[in-house]
Amino acid sequence: MIPLAALEPGDDIVTVAYIVAFSLFILGIRQGTHPTTARRGNIIAGVGMAIAVAITLALDVIGNGALILIGILVGLAIGTVASYRVQMTAMPQMVALYNGVGGGAAALIAWSEFRELTEHGGGIELDVFVPVLFSTVIGSVSFWGSNVAFAKLQDLIPSKPLQFPLQHIFNGLLLAGILAACVALGVDNESPPEGLYIGVLLASTLLGLSFVLPIGGADMPVVISLLNAFTGLAAAAAGFALDNVALIVAGTLVGSSGTILTLEMSRAMNRSIANLLFSGFGAAAAAGEIEERPVTSIGPQDAAIKLGYADSVVFVPGYGMAVAQAQHAVKELADELQKRGVDVNFAIHPVAGRMPGHMNVLLAEADVPYEQLKEMEEINPEMPRTDVAVVIGANDVTNPAAKDDPDSPIAGMPIIEVDQAQQVIVIKRSLSPGFAGIDNDLFYKENTSMLFSDAKGAASEIAAEVENL
Amino acid sequence: MDLITEITIFVLAAFVGFEVISKVPTTLHTPLMSQTNAIHGIVMLGGLIVIGAADDTLEKAIGTIAIAFGTINIVGGFLVTDRMLGMFRGRDRKPKKEEGPAEVTPEQAGGEAGQ
Repeated sequence: MIPLAALEPGDDIVTVAYIVAFSLFILGIRQGTHPTTARRGNIIAGVGMAIAVAITLALDVIGNGALILIGILVGLAIGTVASYRVQMTAMPQMVALYNGVGGGAAALIAWSEFRELTEHGGGIELDVFVPVLFSTVIGSVSFWGSNVAFAKLQDLIPSKPLQFPLQHIFNGLLLAGILAACVALGVDNESPPEGLYIGVLLASTLLGLSFVLPIGGADMPVVISLLNAFTGLAAAAAGFALDNVALIVAGTLVGSSGTILTLEMSRAMNRSIANLLFSGFGAAAAAGEIEERPVTSIGPQDAAIKLGYADSVVFVPGYGMAVAQAQHAVKELADELQKRGVDVNFAIHPVAGRMPGHMNVLLAEADVPYEQLKEMEEINPEMPRTDVAVVIGANDVTNPAAKDDPDSPIAGMPIIEVDQAQQVIVIKRSLSPGFAGIDNDLFYKENTSMLFSDAKGAASEIAAEVENL
Repeated sequence: MDLITEITIFVLAAFVGFEVISKVPTTLHTPLMSQTNAIHGIVMLGGLIVIGAADDTLEKAIGTIAIAFGTINIVGGFLVTDRMLGMFRGRDRKPKKEEGPAEVTPEQAGGEAGQ
């Protein structure tokens, strides 16, 4: 860990290396626009990161080399092991966790910078102090919020919205208190008291927790995406505080990408960001009475006959497929059908699963070629010409109430229009409602057959029956 | 660098981010989220810089944890993204075609409890 050269942070060579690094980040993301180049893009961005880290280690401000080595080795070990052990189905919570540690790092760096600058009773210039405070607040909200998101998705805590009385007022007051404390610190910037600063840090911790706890598990992708943007901005703020151009550019890039993704997701759910974040969706709707209505129930054999003699079949996967680890069994079934000349496609709702594109990752894991993965806008016009639509572990994203019932909590949400298909087979363990907590009219339609089973078992059994046809 | 220059860079970077990222298809949103997630791990550089000035135990501890956190963010983020993208294959390339895709790989069986 001995510095290779004692470069000044402002040296041209350092800035040039940082420019190379963030150019590679931008190139890397650009390559991500197509599945065939995306992997190379990720490697390009990784190389950019390696350059940025290497040149920073060569700076003359680097000290405490042993601690740096410990930090890097611990991080390398945890990051590598976790990444190779995580299941594809658990990817959303993994991303939440990685996002959280990034936010935590930003907050800790800000704290360290605060202590350093005020160490000898000194003051902090506002152009450094403001970003330090921003990084502190946003970084800790992101850290604790991401950990709650992780815990919810990992079922460590109940994923349903945890609401408490006056929570919006509580959160509002908390935020106002944090802002007031930041202003007080800023006004007193000649000798800001560390006690008050730590108060801000703790209050931000509480805000992170109380902000995410009331949000239901189904809305976690949006939360993770938003917190991803937050961490990016916290990193950019740290860049302002430390005069580091690489942090400013990279952090800002992530801030804007997270914002776009968050907006796209809320559009796909036809709900405003405010509604997603503050309504505790699902908590109230679940109270609605679900009446008992007759359904048509079939077994794997009947399903195999319907599928085996169809011309075109569309699979609509949802989170249930992920939970049951059914992607390989579904692929096996798709292969059997294709052997018989059936045209098979997969319809992916933008918010199916617990992350946008989550289903795509799982089906790709099972070797389904991406040409067969159709987006909602692409597949809906094909639905009336589809012989059988098979819904596997999806629910709310197929609920016709979104189109037909203006009073439904999900009214207006774009759905995969499986009810337009000639026949529908719904593979589901029970008639229980989905995350939105509302009944699905699709189950009771005349052309719908319910196959009550777990996704994996059902798919394998149907595949075996198709083989024997 | 003066503040105005930094703000200029910030604004331009925000626009570049919007432009570049708007072109990514929904299919790749999860890997994209994960990749941008790895990129904000750059905050680890801040840890490298501040720990140099750390002179008491608390500051050293904060700095070390920040570096460890940032490294987890970078290494983990890029690795899981790579794992995910490695699975996207076109129709023409299906190397595992004959292996019986329904088989549970040891990796899956091992991590079942983690769900």
